[in-house]
Amino acid sequence: MGKMIYLDNAATTKTAPEVVEAMLPYFTEMYGNPSSIYDFASKSKEGVTKARGQIADALGAKREEIYFTAGGSEADNWALKATFEAYKSKGNHIITTKIEHHAILHTCEYLEKERGAKITYVDVDENGIVKLDELEKAITPETILISVMFANNEIGSIQPIKEIGAIAKEHGILFHTDAVQAFGQVPINVDELGIDMLSSSGHKLNGPKGIGFLYIRKGVKIRSFVHGGAQERKRRAGTENVPGIVGYGAAAERAIRTMEERTAKEIQVRDHFIDRIMKEIPYVKLNGHPTKRLPNNVNVSFQFIEGESMLLMLDNYGVCASSGSACTSGSLDPSHVLLAIGLPHEIAHGSLRMTLSEETTMEDADFVVDKLKEIVSGLRAMSPLYEDFIKKQKN
Amino acid sequence: MYSEKVMDHFQHPRNVGEIENASGVGTVGNAKCGDIMRIFLDIDDETHIIRDCKFKTFGCGAAVATSSMATEMVKGKTIEEAMKLTNKAVMEALDGLPPVKVHCSLLAEEAVHAALWDYAQKHHIEIEGLKKPKSDIHEGEEDEAEEY
Repeated sequence: MGKMIYLDNAATTKTAPEVVEAMLPYFTEMYGNPSSIYDFASKSKEGVTKARGQIADALGAKREEIYFTAGGSEADNWALKATFEAYKSKGNHIITTKIEHHAILHTCEYLEKERGAKITYVDVDENGIVKLDELEKAITPETILISVMFANNEIGSIQPIKEIGAIAKEHGILFHTDAVQAFGQVPINVDELGIDMLSSSGHKLNGPKGIGFLYIRKGVKIRSFVHGGAQERKRRAGTENVPGIVGYGAAAERAIRTMEERTAKEIQVRDHFIDRIMKEIPYVKLNGHPTKRLPNNVNVSFQFIEGESMLLMLDNYGVCASSGSACTSGSLDPSHVLLAIGLPHEIAHGSLRMTLSEETTMEDADFVVDKLKEIVSGLRAMSPLYEDFIKKQKN
Repeated sequence: MYSEKVMDHFQHPRNVGEIENASGVGTVGNAKCGDIMRIFLDIDDETHIIRDCKFKTFGCGAAVATSSMATEMVKGKTIEEAMKLTNKAVMEALDGLPPVKVHCSLLAEEAVHAALWDYAQKHHIEIEGLKKPKSDIHEGEEDEAEEY
């Protein structure tokens, strides 16, 4: 096998060398516990403080509004469960969407089943953009929280966050956004967008795995989710993951510094990818919004073929990608996101997601599209659905 | 995730294609669940030997590999012998499948049976142990069908 072409950056990213470099001293040199009193430990504490500042700056937030967690899923769980708990005297209704990550959807299901919450799952349009009129109509006097992801992890659709923030504010409802895919890819300012809580994860933006944070606007009164020590202003117990936090700070700073140039390049390669696929492969559909999409997201469905087969074939050529087919989700149903944008099951099964990085070149895109053409026609030649389709056309 | 045998049969599937004027054709599975398998049989009417067997499959790596293996296993066999082909035997011949993929191997057995059923119908014969195939092997696995 030749070189690997990694097109699964929505799953995880390579930790940037400068991030690793920033982290390393915190394993073997400045390994003190930030809570300890002696001078040696103050170095660790400084590392955490600096990272908190780097992240706060990246969001236009205050330092004390950033709470480190073990990742995006923990931040999502915390935001939903703790808000429900803290605001239950006001109401028990939460509004979210049908295309959220499972960290939100499964938490909502838990709150519904075990805690008596009422959840409204708002529809999205065929491009995967939340329907604002439906969202506003869903608001009741019992509504305590709106949680809408910033950008979708599968189809890359970027949501009208500013508008949702304004709706939430107008009705006096808290607004949480899962920005795991968006942070570092699109500019975010929590004040300008009216965001009260925001979840994020380090390894999606060239930071380390196992570290995330929840931004909690000052005044939002949610409590601790993990009980124990007094870390994170008594809101998240557990000795800080100092190297992880330092790495996340460095990654956030780097993501903001490189955003303009990096995403411009990604958009160019992304659009080249999409253009060639749409022009050169028949019976294909672009999933997600044509322009309001993450700079690095390509998601297409090929009719008559199944996604996992495509991934295995691509893997042969060293190409790493993902699919929303049932066979990759371990169930009989394809991705809930693809169904929510109205794709019939058989077309959802034939989806392919390729998420680029700044290292993805035009040559990579050309290589992958060339191989895809072969793979798609090979699998179609084997497909009874294609056979039936062709026969029908002849008649 | 997959054994070497599965990958070999996926990457180099045996007996892909159609048989013109096949003695029997069987299609099972459904597109909604992401797998459809169609098996074509060429059967000697005198000896009941399966002279040729081909397949077309829409599905994951396991679905393609089990189709390929099943066609190899029934080729040259008599109808009676082919009737004894089980999904377990296909799976074993492939050195196993991941647990979530076991249902793919059921398709292969069902597709062979469906093709034999078609042959039996055309020739007005009865094949011992052969039941009318389910039109959809996922029947009963889901609560309700959604329409699009």
